[in-house]
Amino acid sequence: MEREFVYIAVVLTIIIIIPFYRVVKGPTLFDRLLGVGAIGTKTLVLICLVGFVYGRIDMFIDITLAYAILNFIGNIAIAKYFIHPKAGPEGSP
Amino acid sequence: MDPFRIISLVVVAAGAFFLLVGSIGIIRLPDFYARTHATSKSDTLGLMLVLAGLAIHEGFDLNSVKLLLVLAFVVLTNPVGAHALARAALKVGLRPTFAGEPRDAGAAELREIAGEGREEDF
Repeated sequence: MEREFVYIAVVLTIIIIIPFYRVVKGPTLFDRLLGVGAIGTKTLVLICLVGFVYGRIDMFIDITLAYAILNFIGNIAIAKYFIHPKAGPEGSP
Repeated sequence: MDPFRIISLVVVAAGAFFLLVGSIGIIRLPDFYARTHATSKSDTLGLMLVLAGLAIHEGFDLNSVKLLLVLAFVVLTNPVGAHALARAALKVGLRPTFAGEPRDAGAAELREIAGEGREEDF
C-alpha cells in the first residue's frame, strides 16, 4: 500500500550508515558522541516510516516518543558528566 | 492521485534529502565544532520535514497530533543536546581549528594535554 515509504525507508537506512564512519574513526570522544546522536535522530525517522509501512502508526508513534526522550536524556547526561566529573580518576576528565 | 498524498511524498523526500546533507556534513566538515552544525541544523530540518509530511499523509486525527508532538519535542531538544555536547568539549579544552591549519588540529593537542595512558579516553 505504502510503496513510496518503503523506498524512502531503504534510502534512509543507507543514510544511517554514513555517520558510522565518524563513530569509528572520530579523533575525539565528542565526535563519536555526535555521530551516535545523529544516528539516533535518523533512527527516529526510520521508526515512524516503518510504522506507516506496517499500518500500525498508532503503536509505533509511542515508541518514537520514548526513543526521542531517551536520546535527549543520554546526550544531556554525558555532557553533564564531562563538565562536572565527580567520579573521574585523578581529578581532570 | 490524491493531492495530499503527492504533497506529503514531496515533503518527505525533501526531508530525506536534508538528512543526507546532515550525514555528509558529519563526515566532511573539518572540526568538531563545525560538525555540530550538521547534526543540529540539517538533521533537525530533515526530521521536521519528514514528520510533517507523514502528518499531512495521515490527515487530522490523534496519530497526526502525536506526530506533531514528537516533532515539537525533537525540534526543541536536538539543538540543545548538540549545544550541551559542544559546551562540554569547550570546558574540557578542545580548541577549534582555525583557517590554514590541518583538519582536527585541536584534537591532536587535546590528546597531548591528556597525557600518558589516557589516549583511549579521547
